[in-house]
Amino acid sequence: MATGTLVDVVMPQMGVSVSEGTVTKWIKSEGEAIEADETLLEISTDKVDTEVPSPASGIVQQILVQEGETVEVGTKLAVIAPEGAAAGAPVPAAPADEAPPEAPDVAETLEPEPAAQIEAPTAAPAPAPAAEGREDGARFVSPVVARIAAEHGVDVAQIPGTGRGGRVTKKDILGFIEAGAPAPAPVAPPAPAEAPAEAPPPAPAAAPAPAEAQAGESVEAMSAMRRGIAEHMRRSLDTSAHVTSAIEVDMSKVAALRQKLKKEYQAAYGVNPTYLAFVARAAVETLKDYPWINGELRGDSIVTRTYVNLGFAVELADGKGLIVPVVRNAETLNLLGMAKAIGDIAARAREKKLLPDDVQGGTFTITNPGGYGTFHGTPVISQPQAGILGTYAVVKRPWVVQDEMGEDVIAIRSIMNLTLTYDHRLVDGALAGRFLRDLRERLQTWGESDY
Amino acid sequence: MPEKTYLQAISDGLRQEMRRDKRVFVIGEDVGVYGGAFKVTQGFQEEFGPWRVIDAPLAETAIVGGCTGAAIMGMRPVAEMQFADFVSCAWDHLVTVAAKQRYRAGTPVPIVVRCPSGGGFSGGPFHSQNPESSFAHIPGLKVVCPATPEDAKGLIVTAIEDPNPVLYFEHKHLYRRIKADVPDERYTIPLGEARLHREGDDVTVVTWGAMVYTATEAAEKVAEEDGISTEIIDLRSIMPWDKKAVLASVEKTSKVIVLHEDTHTGGFGGEIAATIAEEAFEQLDAPVKRITAPDTPVPFAPALEKEFLPQVDDVVAGLREVASY
Repeated sequence: MATGTLVDVVMPQMGVSVSEGTVTKWIKSEGEAIEADETLLEISTDKVDTEVPSPASGIVQQILVQEGETVEVGTKLAVIAPEGAAAGAPVPAAPADEAPPEAPDVAETLEPEPAAQIEAPTAAPAPAPAAEGREDGARFVSPVVARIAAEHGVDVAQIPGTGRGGRVTKKDILGFIEAGAPAPAPVAPPAPAEAPAEAPPPAPAAAPAPAEAQAGESVEAMSAMRRGIAEHMRRSLDTSAHVTSAIEVDMSKVAALRQKLKKEYQAAYGVNPTYLAFVARAAVETLKDYPWINGELRGDSIVTRTYVNLGFAVELADGKGLIVPVVRNAETLNLLGMAKAIGDIAARAREKKLLPDDVQGGTFTITNPGGYGTFHGTPVISQPQAGILGTYAVVKRPWVVQDEMGEDVIAIRSIMNLTLTYDHRLVDGALAGRFLRDLRERLQTWGESDY
Repeated sequence: MPEKTYLQAISDGLRQEMRRDKRVFVIGEDVGVYGGAFKVTQGFQEEFGPWRVIDAPLAETAIVGGCTGAAIMGMRPVAEMQFADFVSCAWDHLVTVAAKQRYRAGTPVPIVVRCPSGGGFSGGPFHSQNPESSFAHIPGLKVVCPATPEDAKGLIVTAIEDPNPVLYFEHKHLYRRIKADVPDERYTIPLGEARLHREGDDVTVVTWGAMVYTATEAAEKVAEEDGISTEIIDLRSIMPWDKKAVLASVEKTSKVIVLHEDTHTGGFGGEIAATIAEEAFEQLDAPVKRITAPDTPVPFAPALEKEFLPQVDDVVAGLREVASY
């Protein structure tokens, strides 16, 4: 690309699953100078909120999509006039038949690299929409996909497409359904008042016209993320048979060890060995003995695996959303690695730097609402997983223990409640109980040499 | 089970039927003394005599006309066109008389017309064609296109047994190249029943004749290099053709390539593609793709003929295109 040509900034393809994004905030305004890779704007998709860096250094010549607008992937958002380019100066146009840029092959565009888009011919006045017509596979629904979507009441727009131009293929939709989309809807759905959110778009109750505010109320539009959360929570409850079991764990040994390791980890690695890291480490070890709890129901089959992709529910800083980034192959991490990985994804989640693919593929999830002192909860399973572990506040409590004489005495111990919410379709109560028992045993007997 | 070439299998089936049924006779150019241009009937005249293994003049009209009359009189003639291309001379007898006789007068015409077809050896425009679709279009005719030795034997027996005129397209390029186990005993293979040549999940290739092998090589290549799982359906007969098997496979894979060696426009692949569109539209996840020869005569020059005939690489490209759609 010759220097000095105008550079388009387009709505990036945020991983395989996203077809549109909402501009939430422009960091720079028209006429402002910007460096390459400096944040130009923030966007929000149904999976993740993120920043879009500038693909080039120069002046923000034009902003084409306003805050709050939702546009398709590939839509031009802004134009950057690089240094040295007279803004709007005519540029030797590329030969007319130097094909317009193809919509990026989504299967391969896993990174939010708007920079890749600058390969687009940017001869100034010629507005060549990046994705158009047949190239925009994401918009085309093949007959078989349409039929399956109708039969299962699935919204195709929610499915990551791996076909040409991001098209949703038959395999994509079948995988989506197997992975926990709703069971085949009866031909005439009994349509309860709270119809599942994944009912096709003309959903009667919830959707279209923004509700009007009554006196004393205020009404705001749901964010893409909130809509995604709402849909997923409802779908999970409609899919799995949620049952929760709880157990009390004496964390005294872990607490003592944590104090000891804290300094060492902080000094050497800048990592905090949180209680969560201990629990996560112990949970991964325990899951090895309970493959079904790390498994999933896929159609009529039970899927188990040799790895644990461990999701962590993370609240976003603004308190307006929840995201579950995944630590992949958690079974390969020791305590230090786990603590580091948790710190990393939590920080990236709060800084909105997660990629959509960071939040997919989990096999088991830990949620940690204990930070606020709660001692029990019944979390919702992240589909299509079979269980979610809840960790709660570590509190000092009077506890009956045996002294060296074997006598019962009351001692002050650090106690934490753990809950396992499991899909009773796959996991029976006894199995869940044994899992929690073994997990407790691991935590209570944690030795200095255990990592 | 003894291993036999495709050619030996045809020869065996024919010989068995001639031994079994005195009404069966063969007639064609050089089928007797010479044993046939491709030696399918070698030794036949010695065994069955000149009245059942008849050397005919170079007149396909007379050969098929004579067969039609003999069949009406109760015989079971098997005519050999030296090359399938020459069957055009017999068009009138086949299409006007043999195909319609039973409908018009109630008299069955149980003839078999063997048509050595197909290219791949620089035979040029008169010795390389695949005219099966022309006859599949004619109500009253049946059309068979075996790909394997076992099918070649079973289908020649079925064709002889069938009370209707059957065109039996035997692919010349398979004659000595393809060998496989063939049962010694007599057996038949029903017309209109496809054979699942290779099982797969991602893309279905519907084909017949020599293209079964082209498809197989391509399927192996894309399986290894791209992880694409190809299902190959060998139709074996194209009139009647096994719609049920094709539609079942379409339901499974939702992506289809129809592959044939015949030229594009009006090739039988168009009929299959149209049927899929009519009856399995809601199963489709990609447009049905046809891979065929282009709409030109078959060239002589080896390089041009290679361009003309669908090659393994063409099918590989097609499979990749359809799989990634």
